Amino acid sequence: MILLHTTGRILRQLRHDRRTVAMLVAVPTLLLTLLYFMYQEQEFVFDRIALIMLGVFPFIIMFLITSIAMQRERTTGTLERLLTTPLRKTDLLFGYGLAFGVAAAVQASLAAALAYLLLDLDTQGGAGYVIMIAVANAVLGMALGLLASAFAKTEFQAVQFMPVLAVPQLLLCGLFVQRDQMAGWLQALSDVMPLTYAVEALQEVGAHAEPTGTMWRDFAIVAGAVVVSLAAAAGTLRRRTP
Amino acid sequence: MASAIEVADLVVHRGARPVLHGLSCTIPEGSVTGLLGPSGSGKTTLMRAIVGVQVVKSGTVTVLGRPAGDAQLRKQIGYLTQAPSVYADLTVRENARYFAALYGLSASEADAAVRDVGLAAAAGQLVGNLSGGQRSRASLACAVVGRPKVLILDEPTVGQDPVLRDELWAQFRDMAQAGSTLVVSSHVMDEANRCDRLLLIREGALIADDTPAAVKAAAGTDDLDQAFLTLIRRQEPAVPGPRAGESASEVPA
Repeated sequence: MILLHTTGRILRQLRHDRRTVAMLVAVPTLLLTLLYFMYQEQEFVFDRIALIMLGVFPFIIMFLITSIAMQRERTTGTLERLLTTPLRKTDLLFGYGLAFGVAAAVQASLAAALAYLLLDLDTQGGAGYVIMIAVANAVLGMALGLLASAFAKTEFQAVQFMPVLAVPQLLLCGLFVQRDQMAGWLQALSDVMPLTYAVEALQEVGAHAEPTGTMWRDFAIVAGAVVVSLAAAAGTLRRRTP
Repeated sequence: MASAIEVADLVVHRGARPVLHGLSCTIPEGSVTGLLGPSGSGKTTLMRAIVGVQVVKSGTVTVLGRPAGDAQLRKQIGYLTQAPSVYADLTVRENARYFAALYGLSASEADAAVRDVGLAAAAGQLVGNLSGGQRSRASLACAVVGRPKVLILDEPTVGQDPVLRDELWAQFRDMAQAGSTLVVSSHVMDEANRCDRLLLIREGALIADDTPAAVKAAAGTDDLDQAFLTLIRRQEPAVPGPRAGESASEVPA
């Protein structure tokens, strides 16, 4: 119950911030439209990149939003106060997960609707799988954001964890250089980055009409990375502070 | 009268700085205890230790027979931090209802807490748009909403108008009457007179722990302000005063 109340509280906070809601919805669709015009002559390239971006945008946006939201909970004292109440740490962490998962589902659905219906995105597999993977990515971004916020003392520091944790994953996920063409040590790094698996799962949806074993395995790896990040984040929530 | 809070030889360091050195006190159940002392004397740190959010170096704090911070106590303790800790991007009502829900209480109980702190008219406003005094009352509503057995209030009446302050104190009395134990920090001597007991802290040590009447009698004056000055001056040889150039900065909430 406390978990659901926490989810409701976080969504209510979002709702009062209309500009953030508008940006959550509009930014991915605008960026996809930009991609569409960039690759107007290369439909095949657009299909490849837009598909991956449908998964990457929610990851980056939710990382940023969560790390700032959590940073605020710390600096305004609400986190300390919450931890003096019967709320369990998991109520808070999964409350964030659920709330931003819902927000990400709305965001990814709208972005996917635009990509498929207006921008002629073409994938072999169904759009439902793309949205499912996008939501998992958003929750992964959220979990890493929660974790990163623990190492930031200010909001300035918190936003800078985005390039530290998210950009290397983006560079090495196989979007810019095919993973099998990377130097061995880069490939090894890429192997331990969860976004790599999210992107591979999306590529599987792009290439196969039916969900493949690789796609499910990759999806499970992303889900596992979420659980590990949340567990690590739970370890950073201290009821007693100096 | 049974004791609700027992502090024994409490030592707390914040960073390299010792804040409380071996403080001991007992707070009786169903009472209102005033915690007084200058900025930086350790009031907030003592309150944090009672709530169980402060890392302590040594000593014990027992609340309702359990070590401070015990999971069982979380349902029974309310804490108002000095800086209002409520969500600025939620309305007063939404804040109170969320904190009520954490204690398993209904929305109507949350609304009652909002009324009790005199914010009924502002219940639908975002906390971020309220005045400082209103914001602090919104935070108070969230602290009292769980009807806690132990209520720790760090300067609850700062910035409130006198009528409202009077009403808040009447409520604190009612809660104590109903069996709750309140610890209230304050700078206002007029408020100290309304407490059952007073704890005067200076430089992390207790220099008075008695009823307001007894504190005044011990100092040989009828004026509480004067009584504290007298008690502090009596301590002077034993307690070194603030060194020149050292800022008496407030302990962060």
